[in-house]
Amino acid sequence: MIEVRELTKRYGDKTVVDHLSFTVKPGEVTGFLGPNGAGKSTTMRMIVGLDSPTKGSVTVGGTSYAKHTAPLHEIGTLLEAKSVHPGRSAFNHLMALAYTHGIPRSRVDEVIELAGLTSVAGKRVGAFSLGMGQRLGIAAALLGDPAIVMLDEPVNGLDPEGVLWVRNLLRSLADEGRAVMLSSHLMSETALIADHLVIIGRGRLLADTTVDDFTREASGGGVKVATAESGRLRSLLAGPDVTITSSSAEELLVLGRDARQIGRIAAEHGVALYELTPQSASLEAAFMDLTRDVVEYQSHPVETGRKAA
Amino acid sequence: MTVTELTPTAAYKVTGPRVLRSEWAKFWSLRSSWITLGVAVVLLIVFGAIASATYSPGATAQGGPPGADSGDQDAVSLALLGVTFASLAVGVLGVLLSAGEYTTGMIRSTLTAVPRRLPVLWSKAAVIGPVILVLTTLGALAAFQLGTLGLDGEKIALSLGDDGVLRSLAGAGLYLALVAVAGVALGVLLRSSAGAIAVLVGVLLILPGLASLLPDSLYDTINPYFPSNAGSAMYALHQSSDALSPGAGLAVFAGWVALILAGAAWRLTKSDA
Repeated sequence: MIEVRELTKRYGDKTVVDHLSFTVKPGEVTGFLGPNGAGKSTTMRMIVGLDSPTKGSVTVGGTSYAKHTAPLHEIGTLLEAKSVHPGRSAFNHLMALAYTHGIPRSRVDEVIELAGLTSVAGKRVGAFSLGMGQRLGIAAALLGDPAIVMLDEPVNGLDPEGVLWVRNLLRSLADEGRAVMLSSHLMSETALIADHLVIIGRGRLLADTTVDDFTREASGGGVKVATAESGRLRSLLAGPDVTITSSSAEELLVLGRDARQIGRIAAEHGVALYELTPQSASLEAAFMDLTRDVVEYQSHPVETGRKAA
Repeated sequence: MTVTELTPTAAYKVTGPRVLRSEWAKFWSLRSSWITLGVAVVLLIVFGAIASATYSPGATAQGGPPGADSGDQDAVSLALLGVTFASLAVGVLGVLLSAGEYTTGMIRSTLTAVPRRLPVLWSKAAVIGPVILVLTTLGALAAFQLGTLGLDGEKIALSLGDDGVLRSLAGAGLYLALVAVAGVALGVLLRSSAGAIAVLVGVLLILPGLASLLPDSLYDTINPYFPSNAGSAMYALHQSSDALSPGAGLAVFAGWVALILAGAAWRLTKSDA
């Protein structure tokens, strides 16, 4: 469990993380989303004590990270992929980390195999591709058999097979009861992996929700219906919260009723439908709407002030 | 939480000896460590052997490296002519060991594994210090023994059993070990290989020269306390009139190194990695 409370980080007069609060729970995959520069990496660095907060607090498994006697057993972390000396081999890199905790060599071999690095374990990391670097970072994160796994942009640079591997791996880690947190700036990718979403922009919390809720809200685009009896269907569907527009003689766009209801009403009254399509706005578009607001508010404070006055 | 049941590997724990073991493994698993170490020892042996082999009485060292032109030469000072060069190599090795982690990003992995941070600094110093002490003392012995071949029959020839010879050779090893530790500390303090190496070279080679611009009375008073001068007092066979005794030289030089280490410890714990 990661608990972030009123976390704030300032560099000079620039506030990178601004009174951020959220919780990462065991047994769930939490997607940590925000556009580039939203403060995701800084937040993750504060979670593992690399940066100290200006204000607020963050605890990992109940206490601050540095107080744990076996931090790698508490939380496994992948920060930027380049947290490795390029002159060292993958095996020696993992072994050096393992020594600090008394983790046996057999565990090092285990995570190397798990990450699919067996054939390149003896090679210098400097010669690794971005994808292999990511796999090594994930192997390092799993080294201490941690209760929490926190990965910054884990699918960056991975090929489709690697992306699928990460997706399945994170799912199984969460199913084992571990807390999983991953950051991304891609909504569509994250929605496939995560249960929970924490969305930030300019260091502030924009949404703390579940993927299901976010998807439901995002798909408020109405239902497109095509029928020869559009006039009749329009009156059948009418209701207090229902708005219906049409772009052509045979097409209706219905807001306020879902496809299932429309189909049933049409069947009950013998209206033949040629098409019945939910018009879901894409998750990516919904995410951009959410984050764009913050950026616009930040960019034009004077103009909005005048409008209000 | 149920998580604890899944992971009965409670033996995992960070301890001082384990961090030391990790730093030891890190040191030896980089090719650059082996190369720089080899360069340091070779410089030490080759310069000493050549200086002894080409020694001719009466001729003062012409255009020699700094520290070599002290006028009255003895078998030990000739054998240790390479110390200045070796000190740059071992200093660079120390810098690479610490600042190299910052320039590559490795430090993020290191400090997430050891979030208390200070054990990392002490362990790096505890690995490189003894390694350099042993290897360069052996190197100095080798340089001296090769030198006695070259000095055979000369008036200044000495043997290992003569007064102060072993003390001087071991003093050179100790000096180089402390320079390496200073390199580690400078690397942590400045977090940049180039910056730390520049400061190291500046302090060891350039500072004494610059200081000669000071008024004579002031210069004479503080000159023996400069790091490089206090250091060379540690391994001089005969104490010159304006230098510290070997023991005082050790105390002063170790004091300088301790000061840099304290600065490094402060920066390591107080600022974001």
